[in-house]
Amino acid sequence: MPEFRETTLSNGLRVAAEIDGRGYSAAFGYFVRAGSRDEVDRESGLSHFLEHMMFKGTQRRSAADVNRELDELGGQSNAYTSEEQTVYYATVLPKFQDRLIDLLTDMLSPTLDADEFATERQVILEEIAKYEDQPPFGAFERAMEVHFGPRGLGRRILGTTESIKTMEASTMRDYFHRRYRPENIVLAASGNIDFDALVAQVEQLTETWSQRPTVATPATDSPDTVPDGISLERRIAIPDAQQAYMVGISPGPCSTSDDRYAARALGSIMGDEGGSRLFWELIDSGRAEVATLWPHEFMNEGAWFTYMVCAPKDAKSNCRLMNDIIQGTIDKGIKPEELKQTLSKATAGAIMQSERPSNRLFGIGSRWLTCGEYLSTDDALDCLRSITVEDVENAAKKYLATDVTEIVAVADNSASTT
Amino acid sequence: MPWLRTAALSLNLHAGVHREPSHLGGLSGMVCEMIQRGAGQYSSRDLVAAQDNLGIDRNSGVSTAFVSFGAAMPSESLEAAISIYADIARNPHLPQEQLDDARMMAVQELRAMEDEPTHRVMRRLRELHYGERLGRSNYGTETGIQDITQEDVRDFYQNNYHATGGILSVAGKVDAAQVIEWAEAAFGDWRTGNLEDLPSPAGVCKYEHFESASSQTHIGFAFDAVPYSHSEYFKLRAGMGILSDGMSSRLFDRVREKRGLCYTVTASCHSLKNGGGVFGYAGTTPERAQETLDVTLHEIENLLDDLESSELERWKVRIESGLIMEQESSASRASSMASDFYQLGRPMTTVELENLIESLTLDDIRDYWSANPPKDYRIVTLGPNPLTIPESSESTAV
Repeated sequence: MPEFRETTLSNGLRVAAEIDGRGYSAAFGYFVRAGSRDEVDRESGLSHFLEHMMFKGTQRRSAADVNRELDELGGQSNAYTSEEQTVYYATVLPKFQDRLIDLLTDMLSPTLDADEFATERQVILEEIAKYEDQPPFGAFERAMEVHFGPRGLGRRILGTTESIKTMEASTMRDYFHRRYRPENIVLAASGNIDFDALVAQVEQLTETWSQRPTVATPATDSPDTVPDGISLERRIAIPDAQQAYMVGISPGPCSTSDDRYAARALGSIMGDEGGSRLFWELIDSGRAEVATLWPHEFMNEGAWFTYMVCAPKDAKSNCRLMNDIIQGTIDKGIKPEELKQTLSKATAGAIMQSERPSNRLFGIGSRWLTCGEYLSTDDALDCLRSITVEDVENAAKKYLATDVTEIVAVADNSASTT
Repeated sequence: MPWLRTAALSLNLHAGVHREPSHLGGLSGMVCEMIQRGAGQYSSRDLVAAQDNLGIDRNSGVSTAFVSFGAAMPSESLEAAISIYADIARNPHLPQEQLDDARMMAVQELRAMEDEPTHRVMRRLRELHYGERLGRSNYGTETGIQDITQEDVRDFYQNNYHATGGILSVAGKVDAAQVIEWAEAAFGDWRTGNLEDLPSPAGVCKYEHFESASSQTHIGFAFDAVPYSHSEYFKLRAGMGILSDGMSSRLFDRVREKRGLCYTVTASCHSLKNGGGVFGYAGTTPERAQETLDVTLHEIENLLDDLESSELERWKVRIESGLIMEQESSASRASSMASDFYQLGRPMTTVELENLIESLTLDDIRDYWSANPPKDYRIVTLGPNPLTIPESSESTAV
């Protein structure tokens, strides 16, 4: 059985690890409380831009050194930014633990070189342009902006073309010092790792992190304004789009809510690809390409998404059908065999996921960062087994019966509305 | 793989896209869908319930040569899973009343792909590279899908779903002797049939541009290369690793990191049994698209100029780490074995592959790339304006 160990270093940095000496690999990740919800308007997109800059050199390494060394250690490494955190991670063979930790830890003290900053700005602008061309053409970002408002949880992760073009390196430096403080960071590890060596090495490497200058929290933006480059229109016109893309958003359980397992089971019964209420009515029949729903948990709030993709001419009738299925579930509940099927699937999924340390890492790190809590695979399986039909029906009444904010991305000339 | 808790299977039958009549593009995919709409004792819904209750994480789809079914699960479900997949392959109901539903599903997928500029570029590039028949899309054509009849579905099933040349691979926490017994019981008395060789590659060196008011110009390019089964393949692959595997690879470093020209730039090997190619993609805003194409092709053509052994060593560590970590996934191992079995006629062991990778030298890369320099590009772009392309490619706008 894997063993869980954790500690807090003298500078406040927390370390959490699920150790299994039988693993072929070891996964490590720095989880930082720095996401788009922590930004103000003039910082929009900074968490993500900063994530890119972490690969751009330190006092000890040039940008090319960082990328070269990551490759020399084999395995898989990358980083991502969400509304609530930025994560830097890698999975390597256990023999590379020391070298990888030295590198990842060093990366978290970037020089933020001005030339590299200017070049990387172009890459970010390309990333924004790339997503503008891809379905569903920003409909999820728009849904978050309208539902939560364009700040806080509703602030888009990549920022806008306007905010990135005008971003200054000094703003990034201040943001870095504000968010990348040891008490805001968890180092998580899973698989075949040497925990004691890990703690000793990181204690020494991060000794100076507590001396980072303190920076004043910036003034909040006026809620009466809309940030540059943001629109709150609920219809997004896309030239030449063949399909209509419809996103709905309403409140859901947060990451500490007792309802969250029942809500996930409800999402699976209603929206799973390959066998769920929406699948059989809308996908299996060829009415829609996508018809699904799911809860998304944030730290202290939650969202419930619905998503449908179909021909513009069928959008109205399909949305009506989807709403009927949702209302039918609220009114009449679910069948015991539906819950059994969903839980069998979820149980097998958890077991399969547990085989790769790289899969376990994200749950361990995020949970420890946001809740200071550890859930083993067996704990998660126990939570699944304890879900009752009544729990799921209560979740349906609580979360599905609320007002939904709807966003449509569709060709300019299309007549479809929902 | 006794250290795992799971098992996985990969079932591959010679019922892929190349067996479709040319006027019925999409037929192989429709048949793959139809055989899963009820089989043996199971209705369409029963089948899904049975698979879910066994905890089977599954996928299915068609490629040029094959229809493939992948399933990963807790190991105790394997015997039942093999039996269910035997029913799907051998005893499908092919319910006529569901044909139009399956047809609409195929049309939905095809339309969704039309909204993906990257997919449009790469789909057309594949046709240019391999020719109409070998390079045709897995998603078919709208007219092909509309014209498919119940009889077409039955005929395609009858002619192409049989044991001959089929590959079932299993990996994970299993007893091999027992798996063979289960497979024998499930598939041992299945009928045989005829196999047809893949058509020969018939690519043309050409440039095509799709005009679109997109935010980026999407650039796809391809050139000839040896397939996986060729004795020189890993010399090609090592060169491609130096070009495009990892964050210190040349395309990532010199196109993205040093110049900031794009977010995505990538190139990789693709293999069919009788032909192969290198396929690449870069997406960039229109004003920088020409420079992106020029720099990318320059890097590919000048791979040999300043080769360093450290580049080869980094690629080796990446591949070897990947091979070791593959031991953590039954699904990944089952799929590699099936692919080896088809391409080479036998699965390669991890040790054999490690030795082969370890033995590669810079001279091997120089030999292959000097004898087979990239040329005769097939290039497809999508964006507001066409690009100027290398002289050897004939240009058309569509």
